[in-house]
Amino acid sequence: MVELTLPKNSKIRTGKTWPKPEGATNTRTFHIYRWNPDDTENPRVDTYHVDMDTCGPMVLDALIKIKNEIDPTLTFRRSCREGICGSCAMNIDGHNTLACTWGMDDIKGDVKIYPLPHMPVVKDLIPDLTHFYAQHAAIMPWLETKTNQPQKEWRQSVEDREKLDGLYECVMCACCSTSCPSYWWNGDRYLGPAALLHAYRWIIDSRDEATGERLDDLEDPFKLYRCHTIMNCAKTCPKGLNPARAIAEIKKKMVERTL
Amino acid sequence: MSIKTDYKRVAGLGSAKDGTHHWWTQRLSSIALIPLTLLFVFTFGAHLGEGYEAVRAAYANPWNAVVAILFLIVGFHHLMQGLQVVIEDYVHGKAGVVLLILNTLLCWGFAIAGVFAVAKIAFGA
Repeated sequence: MVELTLPKNSKIRTGKTWPKPEGATNTRTFHIYRWNPDDTENPRVDTYHVDMDTCGPMVLDALIKIKNEIDPTLTFRRSCREGICGSCAMNIDGHNTLACTWGMDDIKGDVKIYPLPHMPVVKDLIPDLTHFYAQHAAIMPWLETKTNQPQKEWRQSVEDREKLDGLYECVMCACCSTSCPSYWWNGDRYLGPAALLHAYRWIIDSRDEATGERLDDLEDPFKLYRCHTIMNCAKTCPKGLNPARAIAEIKKKMVERTL
Repeated sequence: MSIKTDYKRVAGLGSAKDGTHHWWTQRLSSIALIPLTLLFVFTFGAHLGEGYEAVRAAYANPWNAVVAILFLIVGFHHLMQGLQVVIEDYVHGKAGVVLLILNTLLCWGFAIAGVFAVAKIAFGA
């Protein structure tokens, strides 16, 4: 259901302003969303000042520096620091993106960091992605076959393998799904761009033998057809993929099998 | 309170095996409405400001009457499908069901009333 304001207990308040680092001449201001499940307080936005002369170029560098040097309670996910694990997805300067690959030189003025939109928050910048992962599991993200297992590998031509380019690179960071208004209002039933991109990755895999069953499972006004080609998913994807195109291709396949 | 696994929550009631026909007919009707809207505007607009008898004579011409009827049927069908999507997007639960039923009744009602009006003019009283 559409929600135009945050619930009362989620309204964001102004938080603490942490002192500037001593002796720093080149500082940058960060406004970061904070929420702790262990107290009864509403979420707040804390202000930090980071010495840019001793900080790396990416937003994640600044977050780690804040956690190491200013406020060890600041909580966020991160792992690979090179855009391949998808852990550090968050809303930076109004974009859903990966903190590790978003350069601070691309941001004008203060840096504003929030968790991914319209998801339950576990703590600070960590959203609860349980439902998102379950949606991925529901599209059967594996090779389904009925033919007996071949002696060696399932063979695939070079051309057929190329059809998976632009799909297999998805790291499941959830930037696309959480940028989608349809997913905000109907995320309980709409599978969202990430899960549908993965569904399409298996639908067009020349080796997969469950294409019909996969289309059957998706043929639903909510699971698939809540996509109204808003294209936020393609705009925000930190890997440069186009989930909206994958969804359009699924819809074309749906029509193709009725004509 | 209900304890369900995450997978159970996502699976819900399963696939409705529906939606493709709705999606496809909405695309087709939007394409059909490009020429139909232009034809209707020009055939109807040509007689704006004319007297009762002149307009009746114009709509006794099957070409004008058929264009008007097609425009009304395709237009209201497209409107009904479009509003249905908006309601499904934004209104959930019982209110949504009530609005969906109202939407169907009103759109069909207006379409049929329009067709009847054109027929009445075309065939004369």
